[in-house]
Amino acid sequence: MGSTLAQKIWEAHRVRRGGADDDLIYIDLHLIHEVNSPQAFAGLQARGLTVRRPDLTIATEDHNTPTIAVDRLIQDPAARRQTELLRENCARHGIPLFRLGDPRQGIVHVIGPELGLTRPGMTIVCCDSHTTTQGAFGSLALGIGTSQVEHVLATQTLVMRRMKDMSVTVTGELAEGVTAKDLVLALIAQIGTAGGQGHVVEYRGPAIRALSMESRMTLCNMTIEAGSRAGIVAPDDTTFAYMKDRPHMPQGAAWDGEVAYWRTLRSDDDATFDRETVIDGSRLTPYVSWGTNPGQSVPIEGSVPSPADFADPQERAAAEEALTYMDLKPGTPMRDISVDTVFLGSCTNSRIEDLRAAAEVLDGRRIADGVHMIIVPGSAEVRRQAVAEELDRVFTAAGADFRAAAGCSMCAALNEDRLRPGQRAASTSNRNFEGRQGKGSRTHLVSPAVAAATAVAGRLTAPSDL
Amino acid sequence: MKQFTVHTGTGVPLRRGNVDTDQIIPVRFLTHSSRTGHADALFADWRDDPSFVLNRPEHRGATILVAGTEFGTGSSREYAVWALQDYGFRCVIAPRFGDIFRENALMNGLLALVLPAAVVERLWDLVEDDPRVPITVDLERLRVRCAGVDEPFSLDEEIRARLLSGLDPVMETLGHHEEISDYERRRRPTLPTTTALLDGPLPA
Repeated sequence: MGSTLAQKIWEAHRVRRGGADDDLIYIDLHLIHEVNSPQAFAGLQARGLTVRRPDLTIATEDHNTPTIAVDRLIQDPAARRQTELLRENCARHGIPLFRLGDPRQGIVHVIGPELGLTRPGMTIVCCDSHTTTQGAFGSLALGIGTSQVEHVLATQTLVMRRMKDMSVTVTGELAEGVTAKDLVLALIAQIGTAGGQGHVVEYRGPAIRALSMESRMTLCNMTIEAGSRAGIVAPDDTTFAYMKDRPHMPQGAAWDGEVAYWRTLRSDDDATFDRETVIDGSRLTPYVSWGTNPGQSVPIEGSVPSPADFADPQERAAAEEALTYMDLKPGTPMRDISVDTVFLGSCTNSRIEDLRAAAEVLDGRRIADGVHMIIVPGSAEVRRQAVAEELDRVFTAAGADFRAAAGCSMCAALNEDRLRPGQRAASTSNRNFEGRQGKGSRTHLVSPAVAAATAVAGRLTAPSDL
Repeated sequence: MKQFTVHTGTGVPLRRGNVDTDQIIPVRFLTHSSRTGHADALFADWRDDPSFVLNRPEHRGATILVAGTEFGTGSSREYAVWALQDYGFRCVIAPRFGDIFRENALMNGLLALVLPAAVVERLWDLVEDDPRVPITVDLERLRVRCAGVDEPFSLDEEIRARLLSGLDPVMETLGHHEEISDYERRRRPTLPTTTALLDGPLPA
C-alpha cells in the first residue's frame, strides 16, 4: 500500500519511534514571534539549557507591532516588554530576528516563504495556529503551544501524535471572481469547524493545481479553522517557479537536484486516506460569514439563516448565540448588511496577489462615506512591491488607509488597530470569533475582492455587483 | 509539568459549544510575559455578567470544568491553559477539543478529557442539581465517577505515563541526544539555514 505525502514527510523526519501513538520528529524550521515565546525562553533558562539549533530558528516582530509607522513605539508597556524580551532572547541565543523596520520583517507566515526558508518536504512549526499556511509548499507545517516551543528550542524535535490523512479534492474550475478564500469558507461551512480534526488535509484536484502559491497559502492557512492539524498541497511547477529566485536558493545543477527530489513528494496513487471529501469548484460563488465561527458562512447571494434551519441542537444553539452577538435577523440578505470598517490584511490575505485583487476593484472608485478601510501589507517586501506597482496610489485615491508597516494588525487586534464595541467589519482575516477584533466587535470574513467592493458600497458586496 | 493521578473536586457546567481560545482568554491579556497571573483574565468578556456560571457562588472552588463540544478551538495561545490552571481547574471535560489546546493542556498537566456528549449532558444535570456533588477523575484506572456515573475514558499511553509521573518532556527528550545527533548527520545538506540570511543579499 502506498503512502500519503504527509506520511512520507513524517517517516523522513522520525528521529525515534515512540509508543503506539507518537514519534519523536525532527523540526527543520522553527519560527517565533514576540507573543507566545517569552515563557519558553524563561523555561529554557530556568533549566540552564541553550537553543540547540539557532541556525534553524527565525524570529520576527508581527503581532504587537504598530502598523502606522515603522518607527512608532509600541504604546502598551506590557506589549513593549514582550518585544524587548524577544530581542534580548534572540541576541542571547544567536537567533536571526527581523525587527520592525527591517526590509525582511513581516507576518511570520508571509516571510517564511518569501525568504525561501519554506520548502517542500520540510517540517515547520511556529507558536501560531496559522502555521498551516506553509503547507502550501508541500511541507508539514503546524502550530504549536509555548511548552512545545520550549521543547523545540531545547531539542530541535517534537514529540508528535500521529495524524490521520484526509483528502479534499476540488474538481472543475473556479469561476471568475471566486478565490481560495471563498473555497475554504465553503469547505468549512460544509465539513464544520471540527471536520478535519486530527487530520492532515491534502488538497488535490484540477482547481487546486490551477491556484497560485498565494492562493494555496490562503487555503492552507484557514485549514486550521476546520480543526485540522495541517493542510498540504503537493509541490509542482507553480511551487518551483515561486521559489526559484528566493534568497539562498540553490542554483544551477543543485537547483535541478532539489526539483528532482521535490517531484517525488506526492501521495502515491494507491495511498489511502482516512477521509475523503470532494467539492465541485465550478459551482462556488463568493462566500461571506454571518456568525461567530468560520463555519457559519454562506454564499454572498444568500441570507442570514434561521436557527430553525439547523437540525443539530448544538448547531442550533450556536446559531442563536451567534445571531444575538452579531445583531442579525434571520432572512436578512447578506448584501443588505452594512459595515463601518473594512480590513484587508492578515496571514490569510495580505500578500501581493491580495493587494492586487483589491486594487483592481478600487481603481477609479471611492470608498463609501462613513467606511474606514485599512490595508496592512503582510510584509515589508509586500509593501515595497505594492508601491513599485503603484497600488498605493490606487488605495489612497480611493480613500483607503494603506499602512506604512507590516504586521497582524486588526486580525490579532493586539496593537492599536481594533474595533470598538458594536462596530462591524468586513475582514479578510481568518476568525470571526466573539471579540476577536476588539471587545464587542462584529466580523464578516470575506475575500480581498469582496472586501474592496464592500468598502465601495458600504455593505457586503461582490465586485460583480458594482 | 504538574503530576496527575486521581483527582476529586466539584464541577462547573459550561453549557456551550465552540468555546474558542479567544473566549477562554481574550487577546488583550496576551501581552503578559509570564506563565502565571492569568486567573482574572479567564473568560474575561463573560465575567462581567453576574449570571455567568463561573460567577455563581455555588460553583466557587470548583476544579473540574465540564464544557460543550469543540472546546479550545482557534488560536494556539497556551495562555488559555495557564488561565484555567491559575483559576484552579485541574481537569476539563468535553466531547471534543481543539487539537492544539488539548496538546497544550496535557503538556501542562491540565487533564483535557474526552467523554461522549451524552455523558457530558448527564454531568451537567448532576452538577446543576447539586453543585457540591463530587466528581472523581481517576487517571490510574481511566475512569470518571460522579453519583451514578462511572464512565471509562481513554488517553494515549505515553501521555498518561507522563501525567502520572509528572516527568519533564524536555529532559526526557534530551536523554535521546545521541539519536538526535545521528539524525542531524543524515539530514539533506541542501536544507536551508536561517543564519545564512544574515550575511546574504536582501530580497530585491
